[in-house]
Amino acid sequence: MYRYTDFDAAFLAERNAQFRAQVARRIDGSLTEEEFKPLRLMNGLYLQLHAYMLRVAIPYGTLNSAQMRQLAMIAERWDKGYGHFTTRQNIQFNWPKLADVPDMLDALAEVGMHAIQTSGNTIRNVTADHFAGAAADEIADPRPVAELIRQWSTDHPEFQFLPRKFKVAVTGAPNDRAVTAAHDIGLRIVARDGQIGYRVLVGGGLGRTPMIGKVLADFVPGEDLLPYLESVVAVYNLLGRRDNKYKARIKITVHETGIDEIRNMVGDEFAMRKAAFAGIDQRMLSEIESHFAPPAYETGGTESFDITYAINPAFRAFVDTNVDKHRQEGYAIVSVSLKAHGATPGDATAEQMRVMADLAETYAHDELRISHEQNVILPHVPRRHLPRIYAALRRAGLATANIGLISDIIACPGMDYCALATARSIPIAQEIATRFEALKLEQDIGPLKIKISGCINACGHHHVGHIGILGLDRAGVENYQITLGGDGTEEATIGERAGPGFGAEDIVPAIERLVHAYLDLRDDPEETFLQTYRRLGIAPFKAALYPAEAKADAA
Amino acid sequence: MPRAFTPKVVTANALLEGDVVYLTEDDRWTRQLTEAELIEDEAHAQLRLLDAEMRPGQVVGPYLADAVAGPDGPAPVHFRETFRATGPSNYAHGKQVESKNV
Repeated sequence: MYRYTDFDAAFLAERNAQFRAQVARRIDGSLTEEEFKPLRLMNGLYLQLHAYMLRVAIPYGTLNSAQMRQLAMIAERWDKGYGHFTTRQNIQFNWPKLADVPDMLDALAEVGMHAIQTSGNTIRNVTADHFAGAAADEIADPRPVAELIRQWSTDHPEFQFLPRKFKVAVTGAPNDRAVTAAHDIGLRIVARDGQIGYRVLVGGGLGRTPMIGKVLADFVPGEDLLPYLESVVAVYNLLGRRDNKYKARIKITVHETGIDEIRNMVGDEFAMRKAAFAGIDQRMLSEIESHFAPPAYETGGTESFDITYAINPAFRAFVDTNVDKHRQEGYAIVSVSLKAHGATPGDATAEQMRVMADLAETYAHDELRISHEQNVILPHVPRRHLPRIYAALRRAGLATANIGLISDIIACPGMDYCALATARSIPIAQEIATRFEALKLEQDIGPLKIKISGCINACGHHHVGHIGILGLDRAGVENYQITLGGDGTEEATIGERAGPGFGAEDIVPAIERLVHAYLDLRDDPEETFLQTYRRLGIAPFKAALYPAEAKADAA
Repeated sequence: MPRAFTPKVVTANALLEGDVVYLTEDDRWTRQLTEAELIEDEAHAQLRLLDAEMRPGQVVGPYLADAVAGPDGPAPVHFRETFRATGPSNYAHGKQVESKNV
């Protein structure tokens, strides 16, 4: 894991001292809200429906036990004893008081964390595959380059006032677990003739105008990546629209300008900028890479695992659902679900954070990850420790065996917290999870991703949910639109709108009809919801959602 | 024809706590919607909003929200204002559990 240098620590201390003074000047009246707002947003501080909200970056979703424990301490000392993990691998505290925020930021700095550029029209927290460094299918670990991008973009003087926010995601594996095609820039590590390079996607994004990223460059060699990225952002900085907030993202710039023209402009810009880098970025990268060496893997036997797996069905279900293949023999990747049936997706109590931190430290090389699907990962777990980890998770209410299943729902905070929301998300997720738990159908249904957003900005990724749910305000009443067939993987697809929306009390029954239709329609239990949808198209699912209309058509 | 004016309250978030507050008839900020001044006249509403905007050291983002007269005082019209007046629905946090005497 990356450890802060003296430079990093000094930079953060200075920045936090600046913000402390800015908060003091706001409170004593020297700064108006208009003056203060951009300053607080630069430091991740929002004002939401009921309170301030502090969004803390977890760069590329990676943290150690000390950092996780500090998040727990912050949750207890300055919030209400919990935190909310987000679809951008951040954590949000929902109840801080303005005067406490400088202390919270100092506490974060103690463990090498910050909230810089988690808001505002800047390059945001760089996200990555949550299985990075552990996945069996990986070409290279995406985190060193993600850290390089974090350092380059943090306080980058040219890019503090972009036309709009700018999100970068990196995957090092062909199976895209980082939704790279839905980012302003998506980077996919590829190998060509034995050389590692990057396929660069640009102009992806969700929100009110969902678009899949287009390939800007098929292969950018490692030593060209940073000047190439800087060229893309520089072109966007000049071309991007500042007249209309809703047309300001790079996806619109690419759409209006054309990918070929953008590619030419980036090429011209790159020719000018490349020389200025003079290899400094590569020296920094090789220093960063040394922080990300694989852990010192152990070679213990797996007998305790094998025995428990054979005799304990609950443990077997947990392993079959929540444990993935590790690249190292004798190891596993454990996904800890923050989606207990009926709980708020992505929320963890301070006590749960400490349990996960302790497990990481004791058994799993002191590493944790946050996934964009709002779960926590223990990436390097010797298989022989799985029974003990399972038992500890179970005691903490963290052993729900539902990763990738219907109750593993992404949900944004929605109108329970968010000032932008048009409807609630959390209660819908809770009701769906509870309903399918009661039906005991979850395992039978198999892989199914439901994603819920409480407004058109799509923080809940509904466009790429196999079933997407979008909460809207229709004449003063919550109303939920369904999209079908979305996919956030390397085959990224935007879901198709099924038809008119449903009221809050009708949306869960509608999802139930949809799922029963799938169970009736699938060729065999191995065919997933998405595969059935792709084979048959939207028509039979529409018929299930709108039975009255289907009957009228047939008459 | 212009739309008929519907009753309003002046609401904002408190600068220090971020909590939802409402302007009372005697110029206090209250945490309780029921204690807010229910404004039935459009011109008066604009004046009260100006009054609120003159107090940037106390509140952030004042605006006029629709409200109706209820048995205990002003009550919300839109569901967004219902959440602001009570708190989130997933936990018993916020106004629904806090003391009325803040």
